[in-house]
Amino acid sequence: MNKTVSNADEAVSDIQDGMTLMMGGFGMSGLPENCIAALVKKGVKDLTCISNNAGVDDFGIGLMLKQRQVKKMISSYVGENAEFERQLLSGELEVELIPQGTLATRCMAAGYGMPAIFTPAGIGTEVAIGKEVRNFNGKDYLMEMAFEADFAIVKAWKGDTMGNLIYRATARNFNAVMAMAGKVTIAEVEELVEPGELDPNFIHTPGIYVHRIFQGVNYEKRIEQRTVRKRT
Amino acid sequence: MLDKEGIAKRIAKEIKDGYYVNLGIGIPTLVANYIPENIDVVLQSENGLLGMGPFPFEGEEDADIINAGKQTITMLPGSAVFDSAMSFGMIRAKKVNLTILGAMEVSENGDIANWKIPGKMVKGMGGAMDLVASAENIIVAMQHVNKAGESKLLPNCTLPLTGVNCVKKIVTELAVLDVLPEGGFKLLERAPGVSVEEIKKATAGKLIIEGDIPEMII
Repeated sequence: MNKTVSNADEAVSDIQDGMTLMMGGFGMSGLPENCIAALVKKGVKDLTCISNNAGVDDFGIGLMLKQRQVKKMISSYVGENAEFERQLLSGELEVELIPQGTLATRCMAAGYGMPAIFTPAGIGTEVAIGKEVRNFNGKDYLMEMAFEADFAIVKAWKGDTMGNLIYRATARNFNAVMAMAGKVTIAEVEELVEPGELDPNFIHTPGIYVHRIFQGVNYEKRIEQRTVRKRT
Repeated sequence: MLDKEGIAKRIAKEIKDGYYVNLGIGIPTLVANYIPENIDVVLQSENGLLGMGPFPFEGEEDADIINAGKQTITMLPGSAVFDSAMSFGMIRAKKVNLTILGAMEVSENGDIANWKIPGKMVKGMGGAMDLVASAENIIVAMQHVNKAGESKLLPNCTLPLTGVNCVKKIVTELAVLDVLPEGGFKLLERAPGVSVEEIKKATAGKLIIEGDIPEMII
């Protein structure tokens, strides 16, 4: 069951205008850099992007925003992006801000085949407006629906040609939950190996969830906040 | 009066041996520097890490190892990494013992506002709504008054809420206060050199003062 495609261009070739995409990553960490570049090159537009953040002006989803390819962002935190703020304030971009745990769990629900989840996050706030509230054991919970995404685009550390994935450190973040949640899941990896080379005991995303895989090139892996301590 | 480091130092005294703790961005991050050495504490970062360590040495930064504030950090021996759904799963399931976060306003019934200023700031709530909705032990670290000199301890919040009836304790540059279940800020300690009168003047919500209020020891 070989799911290898040759590169990012081939992987995103059938993504159409108006589709809904999940994009893995947290801040700059674990971003599918190759697929973002391919989407910018392809020029596909009117996209709805489900992603925890919206990148910065010249990196991540920020590159797609700059080309006006995104119609709607569904995110939990979108600071640090001047172009994003401009498009939002001018009404060119629609934004739905939702709690980070709700975002992750709505992805999880999709990957686990559950239509909805109940979470206390947002009870009593504007996030709860128009949503069903249920009380369990004396506490109120919001019903939140599983996401439906045409494509999930994720980045992993290692993968094999069958689509099994392993992530590295905190670059796992949303990648592992989104990988399970797309109608079609595209995985780009730093290192692509043959079946049998990855230890089955340490697979994070089983290949059944992944439809296309390729080895990415030229990862920049930018750091958003470089914080260090001095050697004493 | 305390500076930011002083607020962090005082909050660090609330952390107990064996706690798993989530620290928010800003003053809460500084708390990590003052955790007593004789207790065992594990820091959770909601982007998917238990066992957060100090910043890396120069030259050892790794783009794959960051905290929820997107800062480069290290992983201590015994760390575990996991995805975002599991991270908020352990928060929702109350496995994290203490959450420390900043706020723009807190009301006398424990409501908190810290994510949005309509027409001005549109950054988003990140994980704050999930944290305050589930944590049983929430300490707010903040200034007592805002830059305009207005109290941030109010009868009701004026900004969009992050969560309701959730804040248990507040540490500011002036005081330590409990938010009582029946409503009201109960004054527990004064910052060094700060009088009860000054705290009264800076608190717009219902302030409860019983007996002599001791000066805090930090």
